[in-house]
Amino acid sequence: MSSVATGLSTLDRLDRLARQDTVVHRVDPRAKVLATGVFIVCVVSFDRYEVLGLLPFVLFPVVLAAEGGVPFGFLGRLLLAVSPFALLVGAFNPLLDREIVAQLGGIEIAGGWVSYASILLRFVLTASAALVLTATTSFQGVCLALEKLRLPDVLVTQLLLLYRYIFVLGDEALRMSRARSLRAVGRRGTGLHVYAQMLGQLLLRTFARAQRVYLAMKCRGFDGQVRVARRLHLRAADVAFVAGWSAAFVVFRLVDVAAVLGELVTGVGG
Amino acid sequence: MSHHTITVCGLGFAYPDGTRALDGVSFEVGHGEAIAVVGANGAGKSTLLMHLNGLLTPSEGSVDIGGTPVTKGTLADIRRTVGMVFQDPDDQLFMPTVAEDVGFGPLNLGLPPEDVGRRVDEALARVDATRLKERPPYRLSGGEKRAVAIATVLAMEPAILVMDEPSSGLDPRARRRLIGLLGSFAHTRIVATHDLDLAAELCERTIVMSAGRIAADGATREIFADDELLAASGLERPLGTRACPVCSGQVGR
Repeated sequence: MSSVATGLSTLDRLDRLARQDTVVHRVDPRAKVLATGVFIVCVVSFDRYEVLGLLPFVLFPVVLAAEGGVPFGFLGRLLLAVSPFALLVGAFNPLLDREIVAQLGGIEIAGGWVSYASILLRFVLTASAALVLTATTSFQGVCLALEKLRLPDVLVTQLLLLYRYIFVLGDEALRMSRARSLRAVGRRGTGLHVYAQMLGQLLLRTFARAQRVYLAMKCRGFDGQVRVARRLHLRAADVAFVAGWSAAFVVFRLVDVAAVLGELVTGVGG
Repeated sequence: MSHHTITVCGLGFAYPDGTRALDGVSFEVGHGEAIAVVGANGAGKSTLLMHLNGLLTPSEGSVDIGGTPVTKGTLADIRRTVGMVFQDPDDQLFMPTVAEDVGFGPLNLGLPPEDVGRRVDEALARVDATRLKERPPYRLSGGEKRAVAIATVLAMEPAILVMDEPSSGLDPRARRRLIGLLGSFAHTRIVATHDLDLAAELCERTIVMSAGRIAADGATREIFADDELLAASGLERPLGTRACPVCSGQVGR
């Protein structure tokens, strides 16, 4: 279960990145959440065979990561870690959709491959945008923004507590797994049966802890609503951030930027 | 009527599985008193503490805080008066940052944001944790977590402090600092602990619990000198009151 340790240290790294102070970090969390929202909607709304039209969108995560001090290597490793899902989702497209849609230097390309590429590209774009958002805003910042954007309290509280206790739960799982490996001989004691019991144990411990946390909350006057004192101030720059990026996304979505650029280049060349 | 007194009368409690955790517990605590509740594991200390601010409702008997009985209707007032520090600070610190956690209670009391900010600053300064203000709780050391957990309770300005095992899991220096801090409070204090040296240092009075009953209630110094009572309750004399084993020749040099 060393993957637990890796996961926790990754969250840790995200947290530390989020505590930097850069131009991107100073943008109001709501502005970043909104811009990322528009970005994702635009990216996923393309036709399934679209590849070239998606390329200009790379600008958003790249610019934000560069300005926000998020290392590309770290981002790449995270994307790889979560990629199996996306890789699997489209894996059968090339087999099912064999219709030839393009010719590239004499090689015929089937529609399935194009749509697979499109899925992967969309995955890279949306996942990296979300990661950059978290790494420049902090998970708590995103939650705060969601709350101020009038998402239901229950949902935001759930997210906050989830993030707070994922570290505690992870540590607990790690300790259990260490205790098991210390008394497991060879492959004995590492089977699925033991694993299932450990999971059950963990669940019971979680219930017990949830109970104690709830008591602690009640002691301090919890009535179902988490009140946060932090106030956000929307500056002109934040409005410009949302407006600017959203406008860019809409243009990328409606205008075939690649073709226009191509025309410009050939126009100048001719 | 002072808010700082506690009257427990004939308190009995059984958990739903039938375990009788408290049986006929009665005592009174006066304004500003510091009381240690000691006893073996499972003697009923934590169960008793949970009755003091209404986290558990008595099966028998009653609990009065400052003359107000603990009932469903008075819970809000009781919890404002009685601040409780839990054994595991991870249970107590659930907000994203230290400042927000300390501000959680005052915000729930309905105080305006400026007052909340002032209380947060004061409470953190009181436990010497101002520098931790913007840190997330899961990144603090054990001693820091404990200090912040106490600050979260202080920020509600309670008259009575109830603490469950405040020194468990602390290194000697953090423990020493905690004792200094608790000794500086003027609140009425109830401390359940296995740390008998802490009890001897902080509390002039001690209640010994054994199997859900009060085995003894009296001056700390007298109780910790009564070896028979201590042995019957699963306890030992605090190290601080024993002769040095090396100097007295009990342990070879």
